[in-house]
Amino acid sequence: MEQVTIQPAVTEITYRDAMREAIRDACRRDERVFLMGEDVGRYGGCYAVSKGLLAEFGPERIRDTPLSESGFTGAGIGAAMAGMRPIVELMTVNFSLLALDQILNNAATVRHMSGNQFGVPLVIRMATGAGRQVAAQHSHSLEGWYAHIPGIKVLAPATVEDARGMLWTALQEPDPVLIFENVMLYNMTGKLAQDAGPVDIDKASVRRPGRDISLITYGGSLWKTLEAAAALAGENIDAEVIDLRSLRPLDDATIMTSVAKTRRAVIVDEGWRSGSLSAEIGMRIVEQAFWELDAPIGRVCSAEVPIPYARHLESAAIPQVPGIVAAAKAALRKS
Amino acid sequence: MPSLGADMEAGTLVEWLVKPGDQVKRGDVVAVVETQKGAIEIEVFEAGKIEQILVGLNTKVAVGTPLARIRTELEGPLGAVTAAPSPAAPAIPLAPPPLVRAPVAPPPPVARGAARARVSPAARRLAETHAIDLSTVTGSGPVGEIIYSDVERRLGQAVAPPEKKRAPWLDLDAMRAAIAAAMARSKREIPHYYLEHQVDVTVCEQWLTQRNATLSPDSRLLIGALTIRAVALAARRFPAFNGFYRDGKFEQAGAVHAGVAIAIRGGGLAAPALHEAYQISVDELMAGMRDLVQRTRAGRIRSSEISDPTITITSLGERGVEALYGIIYPPQVAIVGFGKIVTRPWVVDGAIGPRSVVTITLSADHRVSDGHAGALFLAEIGRLLQEPDKL
Amino acid sequence: MPTDKPRLSRDHMLDLLKQMIRIRRFEDKCAELYTQEKIRGFLHLYDGEEAIAVGVIPVLEKRDRIVATYREHGQALVRGVPMTTALAEMYGKQEGCSHGRGGSMHLFDRATNFYGGNAIVGGGLPLSIGLALADRMRGSDIVTTCFFGDGAVAEGEFHETMNLAALWGLPVLFVCENNLYAMGTALALSESETDIQRKAACYRIASETVDGMDVIAVEAAARRAVHAVRESRKPYFLECRTYRLRAHSMFDAQLYRDKAEIEAWRHKDPIVRFQVWLEANHMVHADDLTRIEADVAAEITEAVAFAEAGTWEPVEQLTRFAYADKASEPVSEVLWNK
Repeated sequence: MEQVTIQPAVTEITYRDAMREAIRDACRRDERVFLMGEDVGRYGGCYAVSKGLLAEFGPERIRDTPLSESGFTGAGIGAAMAGMRPIVELMTVNFSLLALDQILNNAATVRHMSGNQFGVPLVIRMATGAGRQVAAQHSHSLEGWYAHIPGIKVLAPATVEDARGMLWTALQEPDPVLIFENVMLYNMTGKLAQDAGPVDIDKASVRRPGRDISLITYGGSLWKTLEAAAALAGENIDAEVIDLRSLRPLDDATIMTSVAKTRRAVIVDEGWRSGSLSAEIGMRIVEQAFWELDAPIGRVCSAEVPIPYARHLESAAIPQVPGIVAAAKAALRKS
Repeated sequence: MPSLGADMEAGTLVEWLVKPGDQVKRGDVVAVVETQKGAIEIEVFEAGKIEQILVGLNTKVAVGTPLARIRTELEGPLGAVTAAPSPAAPAIPLAPPPLVRAPVAPPPPVARGAARARVSPAARRLAETHAIDLSTVTGSGPVGEIIYSDVERRLGQAVAPPEKKRAPWLDLDAMRAAIAAAMARSKREIPHYYLEHQVDVTVCEQWLTQRNATLSPDSRLLIGALTIRAVALAARRFPAFNGFYRDGKFEQAGAVHAGVAIAIRGGGLAAPALHEAYQISVDELMAGMRDLVQRTRAGRIRSSEISDPTITITSLGERGVEALYGIIYPPQVAIVGFGKIVTRPWVVDGAIGPRSVVTITLSADHRVSDGHAGALFLAEIGRLLQEPDKL
Repeated sequence: MPTDKPRLSRDHMLDLLKQMIRIRRFEDKCAELYTQEKIRGFLHLYDGEEAIAVGVIPVLEKRDRIVATYREHGQALVRGVPMTTALAEMYGKQEGCSHGRGGSMHLFDRATNFYGGNAIVGGGLPLSIGLALADRMRGSDIVTTCFFGDGAVAEGEFHETMNLAALWGLPVLFVCENNLYAMGTALALSESETDIQRKAACYRIASETVDGMDVIAVEAAARRAVHAVRESRKPYFLECRTYRLRAHSMFDAQLYRDKAEIEAWRHKDPIVRFQVWLEANHMVHADDLTRIEADVAAEITEAVAFAEAGTWEPVEQLTRFAYADKASEPVSEVLWNK
């Protein structure tokens, strides 16, 4: 009798659908989990992530809120403190600024202020990034700002596997976790095992191994960076691409191992250049891998301008493949 | 003086609401203090009789300063002082600044074959400029890193960073070590050949005497200015003696930067560059020499002056010997030596007479030139010295 | 059993009086310690407002939750946060109720469901509806009480909270301690509508105003309100009109209000008023007062000794409590492969 190995079936799924599956799965497994945010219920979610969930779980667990970011984020914090496992959806990082006081002064701080008596096991999801010509007030990438705050964790799932698997792990954390979903990724498809489950949320991933240079990035920029790596391969430059996955804490070990191997680094970060997360990563490389470097650390970030509306200007304002390729070559002293 | 706020360091008493002899109880307002926020009434936390006012009006005092004495009911002798901090206050341990996390230990070293040295970018660049083999440099950093000063030391001189004045003392030991390293390397790597040539410099001496009569003492010329000029001019015509041998090939230098060997009291030796010796006049060259000597002996040479010479001239002056064969300073390819000027019988126009004669020597890199070229080079120097007014 | 009438027994009256005196003497001691630099940072004292904490909190059950502001010593003490650990907290000692990490403005106590100690004006309001939301979703009968001042009413978070509480039917008792000043800004200079309970009413929240200087009136209103919240699972709004007899904080020259006004309110001091009323009704005697003052003084002396003897947390532990200490946190009961 032949032994038959059954491979888990693999499907092609969008990032959006993977995230929906993650929420649905969490709600099924743990009755403490509920989703709360603007238009998550009847509308089905601004980016259609929660479409259909209201019918499945009802209005108490898929809870539409008024436009009160501070109010309902604080409510999520309080509910978490009282033992629930809320998922607060802030429609985008642009609107999260209205809830910044609750996130920083309450969510990130309660455990410390109370001397470890109360924790806030809250997950906040937000869309982020530019690229759809929605102009200056709707195109921020503020993951770097949030990654500055002690007391919270910050994630940037860039693959369908991470979209599917990070949420559950985040819900197990005793401290607040912010999950940033780049708007350009929702339509992206990828392969996912049908029995895909939770993934770790503290390690970076080497998406493409290489010898000549470390390209370090996260979120929406991952795919541009991989495309740049492919272009560089055509010019005999073997780039290693690292997907950070977790922005706070940063996985220093993976970054430094890579830089020790390649001796060159370029960081691709959709935040505005000054004071961005790339500055933090660059500095850490200087602190921990200075003696391995053979070239200055480079970075490709958004230009110092609010994101413009006109397509060609928006395109020029944020990191793109040619810019990443050029930065890599500069690090290799080639033009 | 009570502390009324986190950022209050002092206060000015502007009004007393009680006087000696008054009875006060806990909670009574006894004075008014002016602070940066305005006038604040201060209360007393003791009960008793005011015995003595200690601070007058409109006096600014630090928080904690006693303001008055109160005799409390409970005690016979003088009681607690108003609003003074408790004397038994345990000292709050001064917290050190927030602990800076030590950088994560470097990742496991990737197999590199012969372990690649850790070299700072600045050190690397300096080594490259002077063709220093980094494997011969010892790093002084805690994990064996090679830093800028390690390469400098290797170069032959501990010098100040460019354009920065150094302390006016010299580390002669380090200098001697550096000279030892440089000379050993020179002898090891450079195939020297040697030539000598005797030159009549009477004309130069006569010219100098005439010239110096018109000059003030501190701008008078020495024969060294003439000899350096002559070498510089000759070096332009014979470029095989002016440049650097690096990476297996000779790089002709565009300009002539004449290295001038200068002895330093205590046993030191330096050969900094007189820049553009070809371009400048004899007077300028003389001034430059004076300046170099003075600064060298004071330990104030710039590193560019140490690393720039394209050819070196050495001389032992009056107290030296008749011929001096120098050792080439790598990566240069020649060094010209001048012995002391002696009076010799010489044939001039068929007659024998006393002349001032100097022996010029050439030590040159046989990888770049051969004796024939060297002879022509020396001959040219001798010829140039016969026409000092053209130098 | 009708829960909306205060018990007017002598024991209960004396207890109310003692609670208020206890708060007053404690705050007074804090002021003294602050001038001696034992307590640092900011210190906000409750003098004049005691009737509110004492009238409301004893009406609550142990399982109920409380969210308060940075002027929370009174609420903390009445709720049962030990005076020892509260004072140690203000000293910054690790024996403090928040491990020395919070100070005067951040007294937290899990054992008594005391959720701080919140220093951002209005910041505790969304927190309170979150706690209530959890209770609603679990179908419990827990009541969350949220104390805040008239200043918070200007913040957007107040309005968002009122709306959400009414919209979702959340079991919160909102207690607005209207002392007429938001730090140095008078209510009339800050609000177009100074009748605060009207604002809550506009959000369709049951609301009333009560004389915050009258502990009996406050208790009576609190009984009504808590009962309503517990039964209806809807919010209730109690505006308590009161006055702060001391400055906003220790470092306040009070340039914004008249001495005459303060004097006038001093005549309405809740403790003095209550004591006078009790004396007139022969419910309290001189030796009751002596006993109360002695008990309170002894408790305060003990608390000071406790705080003085407390220890400083080792600096090496600096970054503790930013995140949960995984080793000591209970593993989530809901596993993936259930």
